[in-house]
Amino acid sequence: MNAPDMKLSRRSLLSYSAIAGALVITTPLVSCGRPQEEAVVSKPKGEPVSAGPFVAIRPDESVVIGFPNPEMGQGVDTALAMLVAEELGVDFERVEVQQMPLGLMIGDDGNITWKNLPQGSGGSTSITGNWEPLRQAGALARMLLVEAAARQWEVSADELTAENGVVTHAASQRSASFGELAKLAGDVELGDVEPDLISKENFRIIGTPQKMKNARAIVTGTPLYGIDAEIPGMLHAVVARCPYFDGTARSVDESAARAIGGVRDVIKIDRPDLGAPYDVQAEGYAVVADSLWAAIKGRDALKIQWDTGAFSGESSASFKAHCEDLLKGKGQIVRNDGDFDTAMDAADKTYEANYWQPYVSHAPLEPQNAIVDVRADTVHIIAPTQMPSGANRIVAGVLEIEDRLSISVEPTRLGGGFGRRLSNDYVAEAALISKSVGAPVKVQWTRDDDLRHDFFRPSGMHQLRAGFDAEGNLTGWTQRLASASKYYRRPNMPETEYWKAELYPDNFPGNLVDNYRVEYFSAKSGAPRGSWRAPAHTANAFVVESFLDEIAELRGEDPLALRLRILGEDRELPYEQHGGPIFNPGRLAGVLKLAAEKGGYGEKMPEGQGRGIACHFTFGGYVAQVVDVAVDEQGGLRVLKVVGAIDIGQVVNPNGVEAQHEGGINDGLSTALRLAIDIEGGRVTNENFDSYDLMKIADAPPIIESHIVQNDYPPAGMGEMGLPPLAPALANAIFQATGKRIRDLPIGDQLA
Amino acid sequence: MQITVNGETVEYDGDADMPLLWYLREDAKLKGTKFGCGAGLCGACTVHIDGKATRSCVTPMSVAEGTEIKTIEALAEGDKLHPVQQAWIEEDVAQCGYCQAGQIMAVVDLLERIPNPTDEEIDANLTNICRCGTYYRLRKAVHRAAELSDTGWFS
Ligand code: FES
Ligand code: FES
Repeated sequence: MNAPDMKLSRRSLLSYSAIAGALVITTPLVSCGRPQEEAVVSKPKGEPVSAGPFVAIRPDESVVIGFPNPEMGQGVDTALAMLVAEELGVDFERVEVQQMPLGLMIGDDGNITWKNLPQGSGGSTSITGNWEPLRQAGALARMLLVEAAARQWEVSADELTAENGVVTHAASQRSASFGELAKLAGDVELGDVEPDLISKENFRIIGTPQKMKNARAIVTGTPLYGIDAEIPGMLHAVVARCPYFDGTARSVDESAARAIGGVRDVIKIDRPDLGAPYDVQAEGYAVVADSLWAAIKGRDALKIQWDTGAFSGESSASFKAHCEDLLKGKGQIVRNDGDFDTAMDAADKTYEANYWQPYVSHAPLEPQNAIVDVRADTVHIIAPTQMPSGANRIVAGVLEIEDRLSISVEPTRLGGGFGRRLSNDYVAEAALISKSVGAPVKVQWTRDDDLRHDFFRPSGMHQLRAGFDAEGNLTGWTQRLASASKYYRRPNMPETEYWKAELYPDNFPGNLVDNYRVEYFSAKSGAPRGSWRAPAHTANAFVVESFLDEIAELRGEDPLALRLRILGEDRELPYEQHGGPIFNPGRLAGVLKLAAEKGGYGEKMPEGQGRGIACHFTFGGYVAQVVDVAVDEQGGLRVLKVVGAIDIGQVVNPNGVEAQHEGGINDGLSTALRLAIDIEGGRVTNENFDSYDLMKIADAPPIIESHIVQNDYPPAGMGEMGLPPLAPALANAIFQATGKRIRDLPIGDQLA
Repeated sequence: MQITVNGETVEYDGDADMPLLWYLREDAKLKGTKFGCGAGLCGACTVHIDGKATRSCVTPMSVAEGTEIKTIEALAEGDKLHPVQQAWIEEDVAQCGYCQAGQIMAVVDLLERIPNPTDEEIDANLTNICRCGTYYRLRKAVHRAAELSDTGWFS
């Protein structure tokens, strides 16, 4: 997903002093608020002592591990702490976890850089990015404790072992617990050290199933999320935004709103210039009040006349027709291997199909919110954000603040992210309002705000064509896509680059077929677009894996066998997009075979039932799924079972991997069943979960199996990999059950 | 007017049409009850009113008046979790966790009405949305909670 804007300085992690890099234990959310120095508290369990930036140890032997990347349900609070704990040498049961505040500093080159480690959550990179550094951080903390013991006992650190929270000197039979050593360790300085890391055979925590660390806090209703945070003196703001894409306010009557008790002010927020990068998304009026309820009532009382903007003619139907029109012409060739046209002329059999993807919304269950406190020299931000550095940058931008280090960011737990909170537009709103009223402000979005003002998953029409020779070899393949890319309104990005967010040319069957052409048509739309979990992989997996089944059906060939013979054996192919640099088709074949075996693919199904298969390589991870469906005479669809096989190399927390697989399956299913953003007159017409009908338990598969491949490949993430194969496996199963091919998403009432 | 929240009776003299959800979250600072849709469609705001699972975002204060309200914060008895909470931890249901307080409050009520629900009964009675798609574990946790309650775990 969005690349962080800074590079990690390796030195910053490896040569810190324990004091300067201390992990600060923060207070619980509701009362939290002002920057960290005020928030340091001594807990009843005893004063914690930090051992480096990621670890603090209390005298009662409990250990607090800070995790750098925001937690949004993907399980990094637990998995990242496991990396640290493994090397630190503590019982994971004793570990508590804490979200780290954003750490930035000025690097040697004078540019802003990460203080410790990159801190974004996106692109399934939290595990891959932290695999080494967080284990090193754990090892360094252990070295500090060992060094403390060595000094106390006046022996060499080499003679000491650290395990299970205890440092031992075997020769003299002395031992001391981490809790006992913590205070001393706080004074130890280590120079430039490169710790040895534990080898895989000796892992005791990594690779074992661990339950989520915050489970108890969640089931008891402890405040954890941005929406739960408050700071003293905070005002509440609710914003009436222009519902029309790029529209503006023509006139406003604020009098009724201002007359409501508790309403303090009404503040205009300007939309960004047309075509300029988004800071806030839309023009609007913020009603600022003493209470949330007063702000909500105030917004209801505003009378605003909107200008409908440049896209007032856009509808879902007009956009689809626009994409169909584009596909009739010639597009931008973004990859061209061999000679596709000649291959098609020479082909024995050719195939063609078009597929449609609607706009969809992220709809995290926690609506957007942010607290920003703008003061004379500092700004403090508390927000659920996947990209805390983006929050810092966007606020620096809208408030024209040069010193980015004067802006502190405290990310909270997120009530879902799915890519929506890579954008910090809601933080920018809160900053503008706080500055304007001169008080800390919490902006709260409602559900209709969130559905109308999302950065939607791009919509588009895909056309696929393939040719096979008389021997049955795949000889030509093309994918033509007309879509509105999420790469737009970006600085220094010409339209000829927009395809890069929409097509990943090294995806299957890139490098597996000699004559391969990929063509892009940049469609125009006013709907804001952004990164939606597994971005373009969802669309590309759906079209490619559906098309393969269509080809197999027409050729009278088994769909699994067709895939396996195109993929072939284990080997390394170049993969230049995110998740590369290598794609191993043998590993994809491996998960296909495993899912097929475990899911009984190819067995005869009862009347009205079907079993479908699909696979995809997503950001370095290989997943295949077998989906069983039953379709009744009225077209009622039920998913009976999903069996998945997962190869993401080294697994950190198998329990978390399964959870993400299950969640990805349900996300894919929910989206395929009924989800589409509807556009009419240049605005989104969905308002709430009645017209954006997220799946409930009744439609969720009662059986999900997750089979994890064990191997020695380096770790990939799992936040997104479970999702892309689901929709095509589902569509393929529906075809087996009914003979009806789903080419347009969502499925809606197409089976009725 | 008077309402009773988690056993404590309090006076309220604000708007009678304000949703109970905002009273709980903003006035009483009980943040466990969540806001998801504000329209009775997702269940994130589920609390018990006189023992019945109710969506507090569409329950005005005038309707809450004189009732007994219980929120997620009062479900455990001290350190002793309610069997539904316990089952949620055992099955490790939560992902982002945002929907789960509402899910748990809905399931506590469900198990009081139907102590051992079948999958069909769960499907028909549980309409809370989980955007993270934790339904597979959630279903297992409902069965587990039924078991725990059955064995007198919470007696
Ligand atoms: S917030 Fe009350 S039902 Fe969604
Ligand atoms: S756990 Fe995230 S919405 Fe249910």
